[in-house]
Amino acid sequence: MSGFLAHLPVLPILVPLAGAAIMLFFDERRRRLKARINVATTIVLALASLALLVETAADPNTAQVYRLGDWPAPFAIVLVADPLASLMVMLTSLLALASLTFSLARWHRSGAHFHSLFQILLMGLNGSFLTGDLFNLFVFFEIMLAASFGLLLHGSGAPRIRASLQYIAINLAASSLFLLGVSLIYGVTGTLNMADLSLRMAMVAPGDRTLLEAGAALLSVSFLVKAGMWPLCFWLPQAYSVASAPVAAIFVITSKVGIAVILRLSLLIFGQEASFGSEVLLAGGLATIAFGAIGVLASQAMGRIASFSVLVSSGTLLAAIGFSSPAVTAGALFYLVSSTLTICAFFLLIELVERGREPGADVFAVTAEAYGLDEPDEEEVLHESEEVGVAIPATIAFLGIGFFACALLIAGLPPLSGFVAKVAMLTAVLNPAGFGAESANAPVGVWGWSFVALLILSGLATLLAMLRTGIRIFWVPNEGSMVQRVRVIEYAPVVGLLALCVAMTAAGEPVMSFMRAAATAVHAPDAYVRGVLPDGSPAVPDGENENGVEAIQ
Amino acid sequence: MELVLAAAIGVLVGSGVWLILRPRTYQVIIGLSLISYGVNLFIFSMGLGKPMLGLPPILEKGEAGALGIHADPLPQALVLTAIVIGFAMTALFLVVLLAARGLTGTDHVDGRESGS
Repeated sequence: MSGFLAHLPVLPILVPLAGAAIMLFFDERRRRLKARINVATTIVLALASLALLVETAADPNTAQVYRLGDWPAPFAIVLVADPLASLMVMLTSLLALASLTFSLARWHRSGAHFHSLFQILLMGLNGSFLTGDLFNLFVFFEIMLAASFGLLLHGSGAPRIRASLQYIAINLAASSLFLLGVSLIYGVTGTLNMADLSLRMAMVAPGDRTLLEAGAALLSVSFLVKAGMWPLCFWLPQAYSVASAPVAAIFVITSKVGIAVILRLSLLIFGQEASFGSEVLLAGGLATIAFGAIGVLASQAMGRIASFSVLVSSGTLLAAIGFSSPAVTAGALFYLVSSTLTICAFFLLIELVERGREPGADVFAVTAEAYGLDEPDEEEVLHESEEVGVAIPATIAFLGIGFFACALLIAGLPPLSGFVAKVAMLTAVLNPAGFGAESANAPVGVWGWSFVALLILSGLATLLAMLRTGIRIFWVPNEGSMVQRVRVIEYAPVVGLLALCVAMTAAGEPVMSFMRAAATAVHAPDAYVRGVLPDGSPAVPDGENENGVEAIQ
Repeated sequence: MELVLAAAIGVLVGSGVWLILRPRTYQVIIGLSLISYGVNLFIFSMGLGKPMLGLPPILEKGEAGALGIHADPLPQALVLTAIVIGFAMTALFLVVLLAARGLTGTDHVDGRESGS
């Protein structure tokens, strides 16, 4: 590895940090300059992530370890770029590029420090994916949260402030649980390095095991709050639906941080056989899918449909992790990428569609239907018949096609990648050996069937809700003023994100084989551990020293 | 010593939990602060060896470290970081709290008085 490439894993953290720091020197009047710096930084970040992804994809079985300051591993902080981490970093950069481009049209003008906060959020996200140290994870998590508090408030207004208040309170409470969990784990094992933790699990005395599991459970609760597992998710629809469009779009990835960390830690610490708490994840995930699907059906505003789709996606991923089988995880990773890209595009699209309409128009339309208010009188029918044959404006056609693609992707219908992802997960659940292969006598079981049923039903619920909303928006008499001008830099990100989903469908096999490699690497963390600690765990000091403590007392 | 520490953590976190379940934003912020104090004490108590008073966390020159005569330095570093982060978060929360009070005209966490 050449000198520059050796520093690749730290770039996704350093580049946004440097960008944010430079932008702080300029005040808000230099917004154009700040926007340029932000775009340049994000492009460099995307290139670095791509290089990292290519590097790890070439050899998925060795994790790239970066020792900060070149200190030896368990005593100092390491960054580890394994396939899962580099995949998530790449996904973050793609989402960042899309929502940043979108925000340049108008949103970045509606508040102070948007660009700096945006880069700091990226730094926190990338750091949480790459770090190999529990406490460092806490620090990056807090960086991400602090930036997200600022971004959620972007644009201001009473609904945003009210939602932020609750969002901040629940996240601060969750951070306390995070600290409790980390310190319990440290108290039992004497290490915070994730790889070292994995090695020392075997040495934990049976009496201390309960304490360690309590610590891990507390830690998971704080991630599950972020991921939005039922019943820890009631803050999420509120916060995501009031956030400004580019912020909501980038927030889609913040809820995936919790999921990625849970996937990594549960397999690293507790191993594949005695997976601790996997049934909780499975049950919680299924409950989240059900809650999200009901929420999608009950929502009237489009922002809330998108927010509840985030919950359905989280629930599906958590349940899939709960199966703790590499094949299901591979499908889940594919689903993660596909659903994150889709929901991000959907959040951006919503803002374009809603722009020309009065606020609350959806709510009114549904209410009006319920009370039979919009039965057309004869005058209107006549008026409508005159409009037959009027050409659909290009903008509304574009928005309609985008909405249709989002509906297909979120509901998981063929031919797009949402369907591929669901098929990959369902075949893996029904037959771990692969579709059509001789089943290894593993019964599917109640959990498996409920997952299959809920996944399909949630798709149906999403489809119904999207159809209802789509008809209300696109099949109404056009009053001329409805569509405002949409600029190229506003629909380019939506097109880009949806094109990525189409590309994932077309290149399904290579993408899927990378996901399989990533899932295998996560499920067999030997390579990860060996990469961080080539000489194994250093001598554990507590045995003799604890005796020393007793002696002195 | 251990009983006092445990009782202090318990009382702090218990009061904090009660306070964050209250409807006023000021009570919530005090509750969150109390919880973070409790958590900081808890991190201290999780150092390797037993929590003891008066032991230095750093080595003298040429001295070998041992848990009997030295305090575990790692929890102290963690607590320091946690205090800094907690302080920043509390300040941020205060700003949002004031903004909410200004925009909604009430200090209720839902932005409106219950029952109205």
